[in-house]
Amino acid sequence: MTDLTQMTLAEARDAVAAKKLSSTELTKAFVDAVEKARPLNAYVLETPEKALAMAKASDERIAKGAAGPLEGLPLGIKDLYATEGTRTTACSKILGNFVPPYESTVTSQLWRDGAVMLGKLNNDEFAMGSSNETSAFGPVVSPWQRTGSNAQLVPGGSSGGSSAAVAANICLGATATDTGGSIRQPAAFTGTVGIKPTYGRCSRWGIVAFASSLDQAGPIAKTVRDNAILLRSMAGFDPKDSTSADRAVPDYEKAVGASVKGMKIGIPKEYRVDGMSAEIEALWQKGADMLRAAGAEIVEVSLPHTKYALPAYYIVAPAEASSNLARYDGVRYGVRVPGKDIVSMYENTRAEGFGKEVRRRIMIGTYVLSAGYYDAYYVRAQKIRTLIRQDFEKVYAQGINAILTPATPSAAFGIGEKGGADPVEMYLNDVFTVTVNMAGLPGIAVPGGLSAEGLPLGLQLIGRPFDEETLFSLGEVIEQAAGRVALPQRWWA
Amino acid sequence: MSVDSATVRRIAHLARISVNEDEIAPLQNELNAILAFVEQLNEVDVAHVEPMTSVTPMQLRQREDKVTDGHYPNKIVANAPLTEDHFFLVPKVVE
Repeated sequence: MTDLTQMTLAEARDAVAAKKLSSTELTKAFVDAVEKARPLNAYVLETPEKALAMAKASDERIAKGAAGPLEGLPLGIKDLYATEGTRTTACSKILGNFVPPYESTVTSQLWRDGAVMLGKLNNDEFAMGSSNETSAFGPVVSPWQRTGSNAQLVPGGSSGGSSAAVAANICLGATATDTGGSIRQPAAFTGTVGIKPTYGRCSRWGIVAFASSLDQAGPIAKTVRDNAILLRSMAGFDPKDSTSADRAVPDYEKAVGASVKGMKIGIPKEYRVDGMSAEIEALWQKGADMLRAAGAEIVEVSLPHTKYALPAYYIVAPAEASSNLARYDGVRYGVRVPGKDIVSMYENTRAEGFGKEVRRRIMIGTYVLSAGYYDAYYVRAQKIRTLIRQDFEKVYAQGINAILTPATPSAAFGIGEKGGADPVEMYLNDVFTVTVNMAGLPGIAVPGGLSAEGLPLGLQLIGRPFDEETLFSLGEVIEQAAGRVALPQRWWA
Repeated sequence: MSVDSATVRRIAHLARISVNEDEIAPLQNELNAILAFVEQLNEVDVAHVEPMTSVTPMQLRQREDKVTDGHYPNKIVANAPLTEDHFFLVPKVVE
């Protein structure tokens, strides 16, 4: 029998719908693969009993002719999503053994549509990181290795469990979240596809908050089509999220394969950063050529405030985080470390419960919001954010349909290689993705090819607000032209 | 701008995170590295720019002021480290 786990989500969906394959058979294959892939540390909690029970219920619905659009398809869920009755930690010690009495809106929509949960996926603690190394459960090991080397590489972050699990065929697709690049950078590092939708497209309700004006949920999956299928179920208006967009969700899959002829694609000259490798430069050129060959017009554009996006982000995001994470005080949930009075209880709890990177970001956020520094840092950063958004608005007003950039400045790096002494070294990973969060726009990362060392490299397409469909159409062109990257060798089992 | 060790202690207290003496110097270096990185924002002329207050142009929705949720105290306290009769317990705060 062929390996069921190698199917794309669309292939599995069609096989299940045609009753060529039961959800139970499919789910068993994944439960088995998940167990064998433990050396990757992609799952922080496996839920095989739940998965098989959900699969059985799916098979019953299929038999009755009551199947949903994701019926019987096994997914992995980033541990930032609250799952009712299933431990949710944001991969932080401070949440301890938190078992949510509620379900996040996005996951509830996946279950509504028939999907099956395989377990909870590793991520950087509170989604703060670009390599999945800040997780309280330890780093995720990428299924990818450099040609001729067995050095362990990072799968990107913060959604590193999601990207590794998809690349390693231990789920059909995964949920992820993106605050500065946390969907697109890990997708690029693992040869998978990930979309950060427009701010407001997916409900934030029930997703552990990092920086609320930047956080957005989205999928990571094997193909552009799989992303389109998943996003349709994940997206939609939710009265419980005050910034949720009240607009209809299109059938995104229809946009996959649609013509891109005559579309204008912007190439922002400011993304040609100092020290960009020849390999990334060549990948970018190749991406433009693929879109041109499909009938799109390539236009050079300017986004003059690009270089300020990352520093402004490192004011805005920590500021919001310091406020959001004030709730972890050892009173209502999670870990409590006693102290001589209530303040020392708070201080001991938070010192013990938060990891190094999270503590650092809370402190930076506290500083930039403190009396005397608020205007110099926070207000200035928010003004620069306005300028960044205006840059995009001006480009789109010229009739540009989407913007093409590299997804990351390099291929995946080794575990323990970056950010040891200087945190900014790690932050620079998000230099191409963070602008999109600052402006609230949609962005998709699609594999464009392999590096000289045999590692995946990703391209990013940035769209107009709520025009994810154009990104799916353009992303499909790149996927077809570049070909899906070869799956990594299964060295872990 | 950069922070000195006294400022690091003050920020840590404001953030309600206890720090050991031996953590102060490394934290000071890391925070100063980040502050040095964001220094470049001072190059930008923001004199006539409005700060962003909403990511996508939208008005926050309003709804009728009525209770729409609740009545499950067991769930609310289920994850708390210390409770009694549906109350969260904390160290004594009033003498």
